[in-house]
Amino acid sequence: MSKVWIVAQKEFRDGLRNRWTGAISLIFILLSLGLAYFGSATAGVLGFASLESTLVSLASLSVMLIPLIALMLSYHCFVGEQEQGTLLLLFTYPLSQGQLLLGKFLGQALILTVASLIGFGLPALVISAVSEVDTFEVLKAFGLFIMAASVLGWVFIALAYVISLAVSEKSKAAGLALVVWFFFVLVFDLVLMAILVASEGDINQTLVPYLLWLNPTDVFRIFIYQVVDAQSYTGVLDLADKGADGLAALVMAMGLWVAVPLLGCWLMLKRKELS
Amino acid sequence: MSEYAVELTDLSKYYRSVEALHPLSLNISFGEVLGLFGHNGAGKSTLMKLILGVLKPSSGQLKVLGYCPRTNSDHDYRSQFGYLPENVSFYEHLSGREVLRYFARLKGHSLAHADALLEEVNLAHAADRPVKTYSKGMRQRLGLAQAFLGEPKILILDEPTVGLDPVATRDFYQMVDRLKTSGCAVILCSHVLPDVENHIDRAMILSAGRKLALGSLDELRLQAKLPTEFNVSGLSSSELSTALNGYQSISTVLETTSNASRFTVPTPEKMIVMKHLLANQNVTDLQVTPPSLEALYRYYISDFHSQSAESQGVGHE
Repeated sequence: MSKVWIVAQKEFRDGLRNRWTGAISLIFILLSLGLAYFGSATAGVLGFASLESTLVSLASLSVMLIPLIALMLSYHCFVGEQEQGTLLLLFTYPLSQGQLLLGKFLGQALILTVASLIGFGLPALVISAVSEVDTFEVLKAFGLFIMAASVLGWVFIALAYVISLAVSEKSKAAGLALVVWFFFVLVFDLVLMAILVASEGDINQTLVPYLLWLNPTDVFRIFIYQVVDAQSYTGVLDLADKGADGLAALVMAMGLWVAVPLLGCWLMLKRKELS
Repeated sequence: MSEYAVELTDLSKYYRSVEALHPLSLNISFGEVLGLFGHNGAGKSTLMKLILGVLKPSSGQLKVLGYCPRTNSDHDYRSQFGYLPENVSFYEHLSGREVLRYFARLKGHSLAHADALLEEVNLAHAADRPVKTYSKGMRQRLGLAQAFLGEPKILILDEPTVGLDPVATRDFYQMVDRLKTSGCAVILCSHVLPDVENHIDRAMILSAGRKLALGSLDELRLQAKLPTEFNVSGLSSSELSTALNGYQSISTVLETTSNASRFTVPTPEKMIVMKHLLANQNVTDLQVTPPSLEALYRYYISDFHSQSAESQGVGHE
């Protein structure tokens, strides 16, 4: 266990050193304050509108941004070390593949968690200070948002590790990371929508809502809608109404989205040979 | 603890299209230094990586410090490994001290130990600069410090002296000699043959994944029947013939001047020739050079190539 922590500490320090943590925090702060203040500009007013609209628009921007940030943070994690020769060295150290993987994941997940804690937490404090909404309500909603955002980040860190272990060149990993991002953030929902339209409702209605769980960004958004108790879902998420939005189930789906790719990474690492 | 540090029995490694290492049996004792030689791609790195457990053997048995790498999940014994890969560039944005401390902690050693090793490889003055500002030689010294962490029982070094200045090279071999005395098994791969020659107990020459030769330098010299070279001063070529007293027929003259000669003699006769020359009053200087590791290396490599050319029928005239 202590070796996991040694690796995690190094990864986390790397994140502080190359200013990832700071940069991500800053992006999150600007995003949440900007959305809170300008979020209702289309309605003709400036200033904090409502907790619900702020969090919902924050969620729809975060699903684009957080996966991208997580993928960029982690795509080179293994392939980079392989290119510079340190992975070969680490393989000869008294350290199991599981410990190496867990250490790296813990360190990088911590970077993202700390960044969302600062990046969404500070704006939450500002909002609760200037708005009339109950402070407890704001902090509770933002607290849940921070947790969900962190877990969304972890999912994409784990997916980035799969990419990083599957290829042997950093540039390929970067390309694949973009493909994965594009798929989950844009393509998936479009395809799901297209299937629905093409089938003209002539499709197993009980199954379709659960297809949303195949996309971690959709799970995240449904969760946030649930948290703020939004009146209605937008777009393809409308499907979730038909039973795919139980909180416990959502939490479990997200958990699986972290665990399964990590398990895959572990198996890949165990099989890996460095020639 | 087993008798040998490393035991290989018919160990081989095949890739889909390449035979990286043909079945090889080899034991390496504690306190032994094995020199590993061969062209690039001869299978040296493959052998090292098999022993380290980074590659999975295709067939055969392997025991390292009594453990089978890759087949059991135990990895604590690897804290007794020291390894310097051929190309390692470390974490460029970290300082030398941070890099070495990270590796020291992973191996379970104190930070003070890491700092002491930095002193030992003469990196203390640059310890707090990022590695990306290091020269080739400094990186190599950092790599060596990393390999020397915590008195290893098995030290595997791939081209350890690349980029090192003569003083650093000497310091390095002193360190190897010291570890050897303390019972560490060392596998050393280098292309700087004259440097290695005095520090290895046995040499193994590999080519295309096959073992061409294995033994101490003396054994290999005997086997290869390479001649010993003589440098004599103070005799003209005719005086030399007389002095050799009949042995000139087996010698091959390489070079003669008015009062000096360079010639070779089959190694088994070298003592007799030496006695004859020492008995001669006119000899002012005498140098006897046994076949160097480089000559042995050339001999075995070219021998192998001519053999394989014959067997493939390439050399038909």
